[in-house]
Amino acid sequence: MHLARVQAPARRIRRGPALVLAGGTLLLLAAMAAGLLLGPAAVSPAALPAVLADALGLAPLPEAFRRDAAILGVIRAPRVLLAALVGAGLGAAGAAMQGLFRNPLADPGLIGVSAGAALAAVAAIVFGAGLFGLAAGALGLWLLPAAAFLGGLGATLLMARLGTIGGVTGVATLLLAGVAVNALAGALTGLLVFTADDRQVRDITFWTLGSLAGARWAQVPVAAALIGLPVLGLVALARPLDALLLGEAEAFHLGQRVEVVKRVAVSLAAIAVAAGVAFTGLIGFVGLVVPHLLRLGFGASHRLVLPGSALLGAALLVLADLAARSLAAPAELPVGVVTALIGAPFFLWLLRRRAGLA
Amino acid sequence: MIAAEAVGLRRGGRALLADVSVALRPGEVLVLAGPNGAGKSTLLKLLAGEVAPDAGRVTLGGTALPHLHPRDLARRRAVMGQHATLSFPMPAEAVVALGRLPWHGTAQAARDQAAIATALREADVAHLARRAYATLSGGERQRVQLARALAQLDGAAMPAALLLDEPTASLDAGHRAALLRRLRHLAGRGLAVLVVLHDLQEAAFVADRVALLEHGRLIACGPPAEALEAGRLEQVYGLPFRHLPGIGPVPLLAGTAAALTPG
Repeated sequence: MHLARVQAPARRIRRGPALVLAGGTLLLLAAMAAGLLLGPAAVSPAALPAVLADALGLAPLPEAFRRDAAILGVIRAPRVLLAALVGAGLGAAGAAMQGLFRNPLADPGLIGVSAGAALAAVAAIVFGAGLFGLAAGALGLWLLPAAAFLGGLGATLLMARLGTIGGVTGVATLLLAGVAVNALAGALTGLLVFTADDRQVRDITFWTLGSLAGARWAQVPVAAALIGLPVLGLVALARPLDALLLGEAEAFHLGQRVEVVKRVAVSLAAIAVAAGVAFTGLIGFVGLVVPHLLRLGFGASHRLVLPGSALLGAALLVLADLAARSLAAPAELPVGVVTALIGAPFFLWLLRRRAGLA
Repeated sequence: MIAAEAVGLRRGGRALLADVSVALRPGEVLVLAGPNGAGKSTLLKLLAGEVAPDAGRVTLGGTALPHLHPRDLARRRAVMGQHATLSFPMPAEAVVALGRLPWHGTAQAARDQAAIATALREADVAHLARRAYATLSGGERQRVQLARALAQLDGAAMPAALLLDEPTASLDAGHRAALLRRLRHLAGRGLAVLVVLHDLQEAAFVADRVALLEHGRLIACGPPAEALEAGRLEQVYGLPFRHLPGIGPVPLLAGTAAALTPG
């Protein structure tokens, strides 16, 4: 029984990335359609092609779909697109970090990016209004994301500098540096929370639970550039990451510039995750669990796992967001709560399964 | 084809290698021998380009290794290390397929499937192709790693080099003999083969030349009969040896000595 399960990936390996890409794309499109059509206010399925045709200038919008068009175009479309982008970034970054650290339990938070983003976001919430005298809307739309993005990148940069000794980035050193940077950022965040007033504490709490409720069209192109490009870059690193499955020395024997691969992979993952965290707050478990699902089904090759994790991560976050705004309607659950509620039990099952196989 | 020129390496104030010069030639099997800690694996890492020497230099075809792109190096030499572990479960066949990575994007990539099939057969692991690597025994894993290295050199421009660190360590007697014969065969096809071995009889059987290391220094390099001369071995290993025709140097433990004494 066990043997049959272990052998299964071998037969699937030849089917190649095309199948996974096609299946993942279909799944993502289906999830996005569901995300657009379903929710507290139902939208007629016929409205979707009509609104698309109108947006592309093919056919004028029928009067009957005016309300549906407003819900789709103003509220749901940017939200679904942002969820897909953020999910793709978390999935691809998680897959790359697990490959790079040769650790199936690695997640993007390991490189300090989440903790650094949280520290900067909390600082923006606590000091932002006072320092810049900005209205709450402007604060939420740009100052907070910018701070979180830079904070996330800064923490990763600090970790990479601490983890590099004599020009060589030791993966174990990097991991430990990540733990230290995470703890430090967490402590500083705690200090800020201590000084915050009640309204700020509430804002901070909701930010750290993650939400896509603040999605705006203006954020979509920024997210597309800051997440989409790094994800493509990570997918292009699939072969070097495959070589790293054997170890760093072996990857060098196989012709990879290991130090360059490590730096580029960490940088791209940090940019993608920091941009996602910037717009949506902290969303856990997507980057941890999604790559495992792919490996279970299709084997460990990054040519499958990386693009597959991007597509599946995108689809799952779109669906998690749909659940977040539907389950307790008209109120919204934080999406990070939904991903953790689904992800944590799955992760435990995975741990026990690994222990059983070892 | 790969040459170490007066290389030295220090770590933690200790000299792991000092002033070692050795050249690996196309078509030969060169064995690195010596006691534990003599610097055999370290010298192999230097020759592989994995570690840069503190003194001297390592060249491939006359070019110093740091001037070669790792990818170009990987198309000329393959390395089979002592232990390779996988971070995620993979079938043996996929591990062997990793050997084809350096050829991605070249005309040689068209040979990938054939190269993998040939390598699996030559390392006698074709029947294990679909088994998960982690479920294989130590010896089976070593043979899968050999297949990966062979797949890497399939279609390489000659001269190319194969470096192996204690490839017989976990193998049974039958697979040991098969591996040593395979190395002779590869050298016959023009490959330069460098292999770290502990067993001096295996060294005498397979080597064109033996490089004997002690305390990070090269103390002899030449045909097995010269380099593994009994007096020198006694000095290096602190144990008397006797050369038996067709077998090589045999360490004279108490029982062995009695068995070899006539009458």
